[in-house]
Amino acid sequence: MTEVVGIQHFMVLSTLMFFIGVYGFLTRKNLITILLSIELILNSVNINFVAFNKYLYPENLGGHFFAMFVIAVAATEVAVAIAIIISLYRKLKMIDVENVNEMKY
Amino acid sequence: MENFYYTLIIPVILFFTFVFTGLLGRKFKPLFSGMVCTASIFISTALSWYTAYQYFFVQGKVDGAYKLINVFNLEWLRFNETLSIDIGILLDPISVMMLVVITTVSLMVHLYSLGYMKGDPGFSRYYAFLSLFTFSMLGLVLSVNIFMTYMFWELVGVSSYLLIGHYYDKPSAVSASKKAFIVTRFADLGFLIGILLLSAYAGSFDFNELTNPQGSAILQSASVTFMGLSAVTWALILIFIGCAGKSAMFPLHIWLPDAMEGPTPVSALIHAATMVVAGVYLIARLFPLYIFTSPQALEVVAYVGAFTSLFAAVIACTQTDIKRVLAFSTISQIGYMMVALGVSGYGGEEGLGYMASMFHLFTHAMFKALLFLGAGSIIHAIHTNEICDMGNLRKYMPVTHITFLIACLAIAGIPPLSGFFSKDEILVAVIEKNFFLFIVQYIVAGLTAFYMFRLYFIVFWNKEKKYEHEPHESPSIMLITLVFLAVCSAVAGFIPFSEFVTSDGLPFVTHIHMKVAVPTVTLAVIGILTAFFLYKKESTSPDKIKISLGLIYRSAYRKFYIDEVYMFVTKKIIFNMISVPIAWFDRNVIDSSMNGIAAATNFISEKIKYLQSGQLQQYAFVMVAGMILIFLLTVYLITL
Repeated sequence: MTEVVGIQHFMVLSTLMFFIGVYGFLTRKNLITILLSIELILNSVNINFVAFNKYLYPENLGGHFFAMFVIAVAATEVAVAIAIIISLYRKLKMIDVENVNEMKY
Repeated sequence: MENFYYTLIIPVILFFTFVFTGLLGRKFKPLFSGMVCTASIFISTALSWYTAYQYFFVQGKVDGAYKLINVFNLEWLRFNETLSIDIGILLDPISVMMLVVITTVSLMVHLYSLGYMKGDPGFSRYYAFLSLFTFSMLGLVLSVNIFMTYMFWELVGVSSYLLIGHYYDKPSAVSASKKAFIVTRFADLGFLIGILLLSAYAGSFDFNELTNPQGSAILQSASVTFMGLSAVTWALILIFIGCAGKSAMFPLHIWLPDAMEGPTPVSALIHAATMVVAGVYLIARLFPLYIFTSPQALEVVAYVGAFTSLFAAVIACTQTDIKRVLAFSTISQIGYMMVALGVSGYGGEEGLGYMASMFHLFTHAMFKALLFLGAGSIIHAIHTNEICDMGNLRKYMPVTHITFLIACLAIAGIPPLSGFFSKDEILVAVIEKNFFLFIVQYIVAGLTAFYMFRLYFIVFWNKEKKYEHEPHESPSIMLITLVFLAVCSAVAGFIPFSEFVTSDGLPFVTHIHMKVAVPTVTLAVIGILTAFFLYKKESTSPDKIKISLGLIYRSAYRKFYIDEVYMFVTKKIIFNMISVPIAWFDRNVIDSSMNGIAAATNFISEKIKYLQSGQLQQYAFVMVAGMILIFLLTVYLITL
């Protein structure tokens, strides 16, 4: 059976995910959505890692490990981000990113 | 052989006393501070006398000559194999002699001040500084190393500054202390450069090495020359400038008369007996170096000394402030010491001038301290320095009168008082070497007798003046010191000085030389008689003489306008030519360039601070846009 799914497919998928994530990060006002966008960006990177590992260096496991690391770091990052969002909500009664501008000049 | 380690206590105890009274003086009654300081100087004095006894009579002599004893020598800073700054104690005839002089006069002044300074608000501060001064002066004479001398030299200058400015609410005292400090500091610059030059060419800071006639410093140093004189000669002349500043030689003498603004006991201690002879002491200390490597520098010393002594003696005849007369007399007598050093040779009878200089230093310390303390006693009684306001005080102050008379006779050189012997030795030494200088010194001897007795007759005889209250004799603690010093001044001349202090440590015997002594004493008596006829009773003849001398009198009265010359040079020339342009440059170039940089930074940051909007997504957008830009740029550059 010929390979119908090649590395190009994975790359297209991850590129799409990445730019969807960047777009969401730049345009959404809700902090939760922004967080989701960051997750999209991270996962597009994960897909790249695993795909390159699988297709180019199948005898190595480096890409897989890296993907695991990214997932672990993303989990902690989410925990911190949610904590920040909760405390912001307690303070401002909203989680709109445009209103979080206390650190300006 | 017993060692001399206990000599370390002599200065150090005074340092601790200074720290103690300086820091804690306010907590106790003022008298307690005074007592503590007096007690410690008493211990120092006792130890000094013991040291002198041990050195001169028991242990100092090796094979008939007094040797240098390095009590201890602690390396402090090392520069290379030969050059290091050490801390230590050096005993030799002159340092032991100075130990005795300094501690004795200082003890007298400490005791005297208990009476004189009584009730002064700065009493314990005064005593703390007296201790500091005595400590630094002792350190100066005991130092093993010329750099150590330099450090203590500066410390002495500082304590002199502090004590001149004791009455710091009096503007004249403040400016006098500043003047003293600045003038001596200026001279010390010469001293420092001299030390550096000397160490570079003679290769040592150590007195042991520098003054050893067979040492490498003397043998190897004459090689480099500059403007016709060897480098070491220049170094020694520069060191002499430092000495001239401290010892108030012309033209750096201007600070000493003004320094009389300090309390009178301070003038007695610092500006008569001890600190001002530090210059003489230092030249004596380096004497072998002077005589073997650069007779020219010694000639400079002799001529400057001779000129200064004549110059100051003439001024002293015209002054009307009792302490200023004494100050000029001090300058004149130090000139004597310098001349004696300048004409001296080395070794045995040849070194007569050296010995005479040290002898005169010794006797001068006694009778000049006595004169100042006597003047202090008078000032204490009638609250003025002007001799015009004094007269017929012998009726009220008999003890002061007698002791002052003894001191005057001593300084005038009347036998058998101490001044006669030392002055005679100096004149003998000078006549053997240089007849011209002898004539100058001979005239000065006459002038000395005249101005001292002018002072004496005006103050103690003459017409009685109106006093604010009946003048009273000073408290007994002051009189005791006066009497003690009077006894010292009277008998110090009988010490066979040449058997103890000589240029090479070998004792020799001196005699009174009639062919010098008789004319000198005759001249002194003539001076005294002149003063007697002019000032014994109130008469108009002094005024007539003043008028007939006209310009000469006026310029001598104004101290030959040296102060005015200094003011002109500093105010008109240095201020206008150098200081004003530098101030302009500082304000307009340096300051404004710094201000410009600050203003530019301020302006730019004001403009760009709005970039910091606080909007998270704006930052993220800029970041992403930048990344894309870099990406595109990279792609473009690669594909190019």
